[in-house]
Amino acid sequence: MLKLDSVCTRYGNIYALKGVSIHVNEGEIVTIIGANGAGKSTTLNTISGIVRSVSGSVFFNGADITSMPTEKIVESGLIQVPEGREIFPLLTVYENLILGAYLRKDKAAVAKDVEYVTGLFPRLSERFKQLGGTLSGGEQQMLAIARALMSKPKLLLMDEPSLGLSPIYVQNIFSVIKEINKEGTAVLLVEQNANMALSVASRGYVMETGKIIMEDKASNLLDNESVRAAYLGI
Amino acid sequence: MDTVAGLFLNDYVMQIVTMICINIIIVSGLNLITGVTGMLSLGHSAFMSIGAYASALLMMKAGFPFWLSIAGATFFAGAAGALLGLPILRLRGDYLAIATLGFCEIVRVIFLNLPAAGKALGINSIPYATSAPVAVILAVLGLLFMRNLERSKFGLALRSIREDEIAAEMMGINVARYKVLAFTIGSAFAGLGGALYAHQITFISPNDFGFMKSIELLCMLVLGGMGSLIGVVAGTVTLTAIPEILRFASEYRMVTYGTVLIFMMVFRPQGLFGNIRVNV
Repeated sequence: MLKLDSVCTRYGNIYALKGVSIHVNEGEIVTIIGANGAGKSTTLNTISGIVRSVSGSVFFNGADITSMPTEKIVESGLIQVPEGREIFPLLTVYENLILGAYLRKDKAAVAKDVEYVTGLFPRLSERFKQLGGTLSGGEQQMLAIARALMSKPKLLLMDEPSLGLSPIYVQNIFSVIKEINKEGTAVLLVEQNANMALSVASRGYVMETGKIIMEDKASNLLDNESVRAAYLGI
Repeated sequence: MDTVAGLFLNDYVMQIVTMICINIIIVSGLNLITGVTGMLSLGHSAFMSIGAYASALLMMKAGFPFWLSIAGATFFAGAAGALLGLPILRLRGDYLAIATLGFCEIVRVIFLNLPAAGKALGINSIPYATSAPVAVILAVLGLLFMRNLERSKFGLALRSIREDEIAAEMMGINVARYKVLAFTIGSAFAGLGGALYAHQITFISPNDFGFMKSIELLCMLVLGGMGSLIGVVAGTVTLTAIPEILRFASEYRMVTYGTVLIFMMVFRPQGLFGNIRVNV
C-alpha cells in the first residue's frame, strides 16, 4: 500500500536520504532500524510531506503522493506520530484528540472514536480536561498515538514511540501497536529499540547513512549476526 | 461651576472609554495573531494606520458615509494583512517579528511621503463620528466575534499551530493558509480600530502609528495575558487608563508605566489572565 521508489531528500547540501526504496503491504507492521542520523525520521517526514524529496517518488494506495500537500496525504489515510511526543501542551487532552480528527466531518463517528482510543489507553480518559503538557512522558506518548488514531488511518507512521519511556510504558505501547495492527491498520515503525521493534514487526529494513543496507523478515534480522552485533547489543 | 466641571469630566471620561474600546478592538486583533496563533507581530500599528488613512480618505475624498468608510478601512487593512502575510509567514519567531517591524516602518514612510495622505502634516479636520456608544457596541461585537472564533474548530487549529507547528501540519492542518487567515483577520481588526481612532481624534499623522505604537499595543496584550480575551480587556483598560490617571505627574508617568511592566515580567510573565508565556 505504501511504496517509496529511490527517494532522495536533502537538507541544504547534505543528502539525508540517498535513494531509499521501501514498501509496506496491507496489514503489515514494518520497521526501519538504524543508528542516530541514519535518516529514519527523514524517511517518515518525507512520506508525510513535512520535508520534500528532491528525486524519487512515494506512492500510497496507488496514488502518487510525492508532492501532495500534507493535509491531502492525511485525508487519504496516512498519518504520522511525531518523534518526541509532540503533543499540544497547552491544549486539553480532549482538544488534542479532536485535532487528530481535524479533517473528518462525521461528528458522531469522531465521538465514537474518542471512546475507542481512550479504551486503548484508559489513562487518557481519566485526564480528559487536563492540559497535555501536564501528562507524564508515557502518557504524552499515548496521547500522541491516540491523537493520530483519531484520523482513522490506514497506515500509521510511528517515529520512535519508545523514546525516553520506562520499560513498562514501552511494553504497553508496543502491545497497543499490535492491537491497532490487528484491527487492520498497517504500521511503519521507526525505532532505535531494535529488539522491541523487530519482535512486533513482520519485516524490517536496516538503514545506514541514508541508505537501506538490508531488508528481511523481522525474525531473520533478529538472528542475523551483523544486525545483532550492531543494533541489538548482543 | 459644579455642573460645568461635571460635564467636562463626563466628556473626558467618555473620551477615555471610547479610546479604551478602540484599543480593545485593535488588541483583540493582535491577540488573534500573537496570542492565539503564536506569530509575534511588531507591525500591528501599520494596519491601524492603513485603516485610519483609508477611512479618513474614503469619507473626505470619496464622500462615503461613516459606516461604509470604516467597513472599507477594515477591508483594506485585512487585504494588506493578507498581502504581507503570504510572503512572510514562513518566517518564525524573531524573524517574523523583524519582518513585521520592517513593514511597520515602510507603511509609515509611505504615508509620510504620500501627497494624498498629507505627507508629514497628516490629515486634519476628519469628521468626528466615533461616539462612545458606537465604540462600545463595536468593541463588544468584536469581542464576541473573537470569542466564537477561538472556540470554533478553526480557533482550535490556530491554537494547535501556536503549540506545535509541525505536529499541527502532521494532523492535516494547512498551517500556511491558517496563518495567513489569522493574520488577515487580526489586521482587519487593527484597521477597524484605526478607522475609529481617526474619526475620534479627527487628526492623524504618520508618527501616530510608528513602531512605538506597535510596542504599546503589544504591551497591552502581554500585560493582560496572551491568548485570553479577558486579558485583552484588562490589559487595554489598564494601559489606556494609567497614563490618564497619572497625567498630574506627567513627567513620571512613562516611568511608572515601564515599572509596572518590569514587575509584571518578573512576577507574572504570563500576564494578568493568560496562561501562555511570552517566548513565542
